Amino acid sequence: MLIPKNYANQMRSRILVKVVESFYKDRFESADEIPIEMRPKDYDSSRCCIYKDRAILKYRMMAAMGYTPQEETNEAKQLKDYGKDALKRQNHAKSCLAVIDIACSACVKSQYMVTDACRGCFARPCVMNCPKQAISIVNGRSHINPDLCVSCGKCLEVCPYHAVVKLPVPCEEACPVGAIRKDEHGVEHINEEICISCGKCLQSCPFGAIVERSQLVDVLNLIHNTDKKVVAMLAPAVVGQFPFEINQVVGALKKIGFDDVVEVAAGADITSKNEAAEFIERMKEGANFMTTSCCPAYFRAAEVHIPELKPFVSNTKTPMYYTAEMLKKEQPDCVSVFVGPCLAKRTEAEYDPNVDYVLTFEEIGAMFVGAGVEIGDCEPAQFAKVSSAQGRNYPLSGGVAGAVGNLVEGEVEFRPERIDGLSKENIKLLKKYATKGSENNMIEVMCCEGGCIAGPGCIALAKKAARQVETYVAQGTNQKDMK
Amino acid sequence: MEKIQVKICAGTACFVMGAPQIQALEFSAPEDLADKIEVTEVRCMNHCSQGKGYNKGPFVEVNGEVIEEATMEKVVAKIRDLIAKEEEEKC
Repeated sequence: MLIPKNYANQMRSRILVKVVESFYKDRFESADEIPIEMRPKDYDSSRCCIYKDRAILKYRMMAAMGYTPQEETNEAKQLKDYGKDALKRQNHAKSCLAVIDIACSACVKSQYMVTDACRGCFARPCVMNCPKQAISIVNGRSHINPDLCVSCGKCLEVCPYHAVVKLPVPCEEACPVGAIRKDEHGVEHINEEICISCGKCLQSCPFGAIVERSQLVDVLNLIHNTDKKVVAMLAPAVVGQFPFEINQVVGALKKIGFDDVVEVAAGADITSKNEAAEFIERMKEGANFMTTSCCPAYFRAAEVHIPELKPFVSNTKTPMYYTAEMLKKEQPDCVSVFVGPCLAKRTEAEYDPNVDYVLTFEEIGAMFVGAGVEIGDCEPAQFAKVSSAQGRNYPLSGGVAGAVGNLVEGEVEFRPERIDGLSKENIKLLKKYATKGSENNMIEVMCCEGGCIAGPGCIALAKKAARQVETYVAQGTNQKDMK
Repeated sequence: MEKIQVKICAGTACFVMGAPQIQALEFSAPEDLADKIEVTEVRCMNHCSQGKGYNKGPFVEVNGEVIEEATMEKVVAKIRDLIAKEEEEKC
């Protein structure tokens, strides 16, 4: 379950703001005061005490500076030194999700628990049906031994009193690919080899124990401490992320030091064109179906977890790829920074030589606040290239398939289907399509439910953002009618 | 009974600091409150520049009363408080 509104994600934004503030104030010289400022004496602690809160805040700040808790080799190393090191590094650290082990509450190991509703009955189907003999009767009631329980759920199925409940581990439940697991102490760890960087664990952990290495400090450093030209590539989901006109957001980005801002929706138009051509070709060759490829979390999931689906995944590149390619052709010496809602884009960028850095909307939001920029006061600025209505619609579920459909009309039959959210169930469904075939021939897969506007790097409420995207789409021209 | 006015600051700082999470009131307010409140998104109300600083954001005004570091919990509590007061006055 993703929790749309909670203290944990509010804390993440605050930390990012603090880090930006600290950069501007004294280049992290007094960064170590921040955890104390945020949890002063006599403050109601969120956990057992303010000292643990402060320790966790330090790890959060490290992540915002680009270091995971696992990279801590010297516990005495101060935040100001992490900050200074971050300013010295030439290349940003590899993107990665990580668990703050002391923040992980080590949710129950056995996912099943017998409640007081148990009457200690004579039939005892739970005891009899447990394949691991994990259930015994203690004080007249069933009791599950967590060391033996394998969380199969048989006891829950057979209890006539519905006395057994399932206690989920939210991160494990949210991870669609089983990449997050407990160690022998019950603390969660992420297996980088199979992680698809979707960020669902980060969105769902009720203790905010999952962090991600940020590239925020690297970009701040480039803007303020070098004379390199830094260009932001704004993902189409940006519309609706800030309660202002999109042109004012562009103006605000220029004000915080980006030399230029380009719209990724223009790259989306190239994706639509190429993907439509590929679709027509594949269908004429008799393919059963094709899936989209622009969601990087899904793309990696197909590669690592659903290999049988690979032949059906489109080979067309993503809007980010085309946008960066165009940009580097025009300005080969610039530093390109993709700004979007997505954590998996960071992984995609590692394989794309034209994309240098990736930031989230939340991170640029923190940059605005830390730099004291009010978007509403900024001069509106225009994008150099105008995007089509279809390109603008990419961040909503159905948008990508819609854009392809718009271009293949009349050429081949088009039967779209949306996979809205990459859940464990939907992965099974995709596996089935790959082996047994699908009724529909165009499958659009979006890892985040609702589309990119619900991505883990977003600030705004998805529902509100979707409305603003729809308005922006309505102002655009149909791609077919553009030159 | 007049509707209780809930003004959520949507200046840049308040928005980044968590105002959107309170905007959920527009879509999914607690059932008993939904028809008693009017939620509006307003431009910066300048509470941050009047000495409090944006770290005290997001700011929300409920019938003119300012709530600092607003959360859904605090805002809903304030609304219930006002409703209870009004009902008391009626009796």
